[in-house]
Amino acid sequence: MTVSSYIIEAVQVMILLAAAPAFAGWVKTVKCRLQGRTYAGISQPYRDISRLFAKDVIVAENASWIFRITPYIVFGVTVMIGGIIPLISIDLPFAATADVIALVMLFAIVRFFTALAGMDIGTAFGGMGSSREMTIASLAEPAMLMAIFTVSLATNTTSLPRMVHVIGHGELVLRPSLAFALLAYIMVHLTETGRVPVDNPATHLELTMIHEAMILEYSGRHLALIEWAGMMKLFIFSTLGIAVFCPWGIAPSADPAALLTALAVLAVKLPLLGIVLVLIETGLAKMRLFRLTEFLGSAFMLATLGMLSFFILE
Amino acid sequence: MRNSMLHGSKDGFMPPFDLAIASLFLALSPLVLAPCCAQFRNLAIYLSFAATAVASLATVCAGFLAVRHGTATSAVLEMGLPDLPFHLRLDPLAGFFLCVIGLLALFVSLYSIGYVRGFPAGRSIVRFIVFFSLFLAGMLLVVLADDAFFFLIAWEMMAASSYFLVMYEDEKAENRKSAYLYLVVAHIGAIAILLSFGVMAGLANGFESFQGYTFDAMRTTTYPVGWATAAFLLALFGFAAKAGVIPLHIWLPEAHPVAPSNVSALMSGVMLKTSIYGIVRIVFDFLKVYPWWWGGIVLVLGLVSAVLGVLYALMQHDLKRLLAYHSVENIGIILIGLGLAMIFTSFHLPLLAALALVAGLYHTLNHAMFKGLLFMGAGAVLHATGERNMEEMGGLIHRMPWTSALFLVGCISIAALPPFNGFVSEWLTFQAFLLSPALQRPVLGLLFPLGAALLALTGALAAACFVKAFGVTFLGHWRGHAPLQRVHEADWTMRAGMALAAVTCFLLGILPTLVIDWMDILPQRLTGGGIATSAGKYGWLWLTPVARERASYAGFNVFVGILAVVLVAWLLLHVNKTSVRRVPIWDCGFEKLTPRMQYNATSFAMPIRRIFGFLFRIREEVTAVEPVRHPAYPVKLRYRLRVRDRFWYWLYQPVADAAFFTARKVGRLQQGRIQVYLIYSFVTIIVLLVFLG
Repeated sequence: MTVSSYIIEAVQVMILLAAAPAFAGWVKTVKCRLQGRTYAGISQPYRDISRLFAKDVIVAENASWIFRITPYIVFGVTVMIGGIIPLISIDLPFAATADVIALVMLFAIVRFFTALAGMDIGTAFGGMGSSREMTIASLAEPAMLMAIFTVSLATNTTSLPRMVHVIGHGELVLRPSLAFALLAYIMVHLTETGRVPVDNPATHLELTMIHEAMILEYSGRHLALIEWAGMMKLFIFSTLGIAVFCPWGIAPSADPAALLTALAVLAVKLPLLGIVLVLIETGLAKMRLFRLTEFLGSAFMLATLGMLSFFILE
Repeated sequence: MRNSMLHGSKDGFMPPFDLAIASLFLALSPLVLAPCCAQFRNLAIYLSFAATAVASLATVCAGFLAVRHGTATSAVLEMGLPDLPFHLRLDPLAGFFLCVIGLLALFVSLYSIGYVRGFPAGRSIVRFIVFFSLFLAGMLLVVLADDAFFFLIAWEMMAASSYFLVMYEDEKAENRKSAYLYLVVAHIGAIAILLSFGVMAGLANGFESFQGYTFDAMRTTTYPVGWATAAFLLALFGFAAKAGVIPLHIWLPEAHPVAPSNVSALMSGVMLKTSIYGIVRIVFDFLKVYPWWWGGIVLVLGLVSAVLGVLYALMQHDLKRLLAYHSVENIGIILIGLGLAMIFTSFHLPLLAALALVAGLYHTLNHAMFKGLLFMGAGAVLHATGERNMEEMGGLIHRMPWTSALFLVGCISIAALPPFNGFVSEWLTFQAFLLSPALQRPVLGLLFPLGAALLALTGALAAACFVKAFGVTFLGHWRGHAPLQRVHEADWTMRAGMALAAVTCFLLGILPTLVIDWMDILPQRLTGGGIATSAGKYGWLWLTPVARERASYAGFNVFVGILAVVLVAWLLLHVNKTSVRRVPIWDCGFEKLTPRMQYNATSFAMPIRRIFGFLFRIREEVTAVEPVRHPAYPVKLRYRLRVRDRFWYWLYQPVADAAFFTARKVGRLQQGRIQVYLIYSFVTIIVLLVFLG
């Protein structure tokens, strides 16, 4: 724990805050391109956020303090999570604060408060969004943890820097268990970040909304914080996937050359992952709510298979 | 009563054991105080609950010191059976449970001052206070008892006094029925516990003398596996019935909601924990050596209770019933910890067993705090609205800001969200699960992570359930038919009780290393391993149960980190003068929004009810209410939904039917005519003369 590691920590949070909208913009751009629509470029999310920050806040008459504090909590917790995941270096002073299990539960705080805010105004939409979000989350969370447990059994740890170290800097072994866990993780990723086939971030069609239904009543800086946090969540889930399943390139120390390489590698990996996400999204159709049980059930089964193969093969 | 043979430690101004005895007398003092000042209602309430509060505080101190010093003190009271005087003992395990009981009883006593004053004027409060103090003393004695006979007397004292407390509002038939069910299950359980003690006592010292009934004799005996298994299974059955483990949970969601809320808080928060105490005492202290499948049974029972408990909770719309089902869930989580500890112990892995045991016991403490808090909050809501049905609530956050904020702390804690306490114990349980490869048994190694996934499912469903509980009760608009103006905030004593519980939840969440360091003596004594040296190796901030490379968690950092970012974001956004415009709710141009159009408790749980519907017995019907002009356009619909526990139909209904059937058959003997009864006597005498003569 030296000064340099604190600098890395600060740099990492800066990258998170600055690059998350760009990544979200990139995903949107690629999606538009694949679907033959015109696109606004990867800087559009920055313009969206800054416009929202400039606007006045309009709050319904009976909104309580829960409604007003939620955007800040959502933003705060998301930034905090971003400080824990090894992005370019595993030498993070803050990473020991929470291991992967705690990380999953930190996301649960975000969800808990967003769902409460959805119910605070007392509209049918808000309640509907909260109810659906909590239902889906209760199916996605076990699948997510099962995928993570598989990795943690293979690496003998639940601490993220250690996982990165074992997989990225240990000897290269082909692990079938990790392949299954990766598939499960991608399915959970799509669910948690609210993308097709689970939810559609681009729609306000009332019957299919989940996440958008909860935050329908937000405006101005509140909405800006929530939108920004949503982009960071996409960024974090992607970098978490990279850190756990494909950590090669993440610097083991605070060496500047290694850090620059890590940054360059990340700048290649993330856009590629974005393209993969878009391909999946474009290839699938939005599912009915009650078909999601099968989708998340199969994610859970895949993770279980991964664990089975760990105990049988490894 | 005479105290003799005190071998206590001589440190401090008062040894913990004496403190515990003093607190016992103080807890019983309302038996005299309350009837004496029955004329002055408020005085009786203040004096009695102040006495129980001080008694609880003394209990906490006694328990804390006993655990801290690791001393065991015992005493013999020359009372009871001729050959079997009452034995009392305060060891670290008893001390830990004294702490759990005392801490919640302290908060609940404070809360009760305001709560009991709100009882209708016509109702006798002396009866309530008398049974309340008997109940508290009963729980303390259960933990302090050191022989089977005294243990069972204390156990019965606890059960009987809580029966009368559940029956307190006995003008309602529902309450009488629930209390009766509670009494029946409690006694079936007590019989099993009695038999279990009988088996152990017989093996300890034969059946010739009562000496085998002392816990000391049971502790020093080695048992043959077969009899040990019999004793264990009987004890498990008995304690599971009291703890509400599925499938013996049926009384719990009936009895807890109808009791006054301060009693529900104590019953749910700490009375159930006496069963956990019983299981730990018998398994880890008396039997000690056992095959691994004992732990397997406990683990599976725990998993089933956890998952089904939370699913049943999600289906409830009665706030206190929902909380009662959550007690089933949390007892399940505690049993998961104990089961893991037992499995690790039987494979001779003391360190891992210590981790699992600490997880289970930590959750015992945590659950007492947050469940007590939640029941107190539900009591405040009940007090203010006169309503337990969540479908008739909503928007209470505006009328009851304190209660709602404190209830929210309870919700966050029980939903296992960091940085509050529920998370710490669940995290430790997860860590224990993930150490399964150490068992070197592939089958167990695989089943363990599956168990962990079920625990994850439980946690996620609990979060959903408490979004529902808090959202429907406190947020949105008032749904009730009664006017909202009647609703008022709880008085200061009730708020103080809840606030202290909430602060404890928070402290237990951010200071786990200190707590584990304190209670580490328990796993050292019971499993032969401790985790405090590894858990607190990097200072009080970092919880590292096995090793830093393995896993670490710092609740304080999580709290400070979130707080810092929130503050910075807030300050940056409020540098310039900002405005918030309040406008009416957006109604999509419909203009006829009513509070009944909000999502309510039933609709919130609908998706989960559909996904897990096969676990329940659901009857759902929609009928059109007259007048119907056209079948396709009904003006008004009536929706009826009935979700029942399947276990009632599988297990209890057949037994109840059989009992009624037998009773009817036997009942034919009763003719109500004296001639017939004389014939019975005559025939009996003839038969006796023929066979015995």
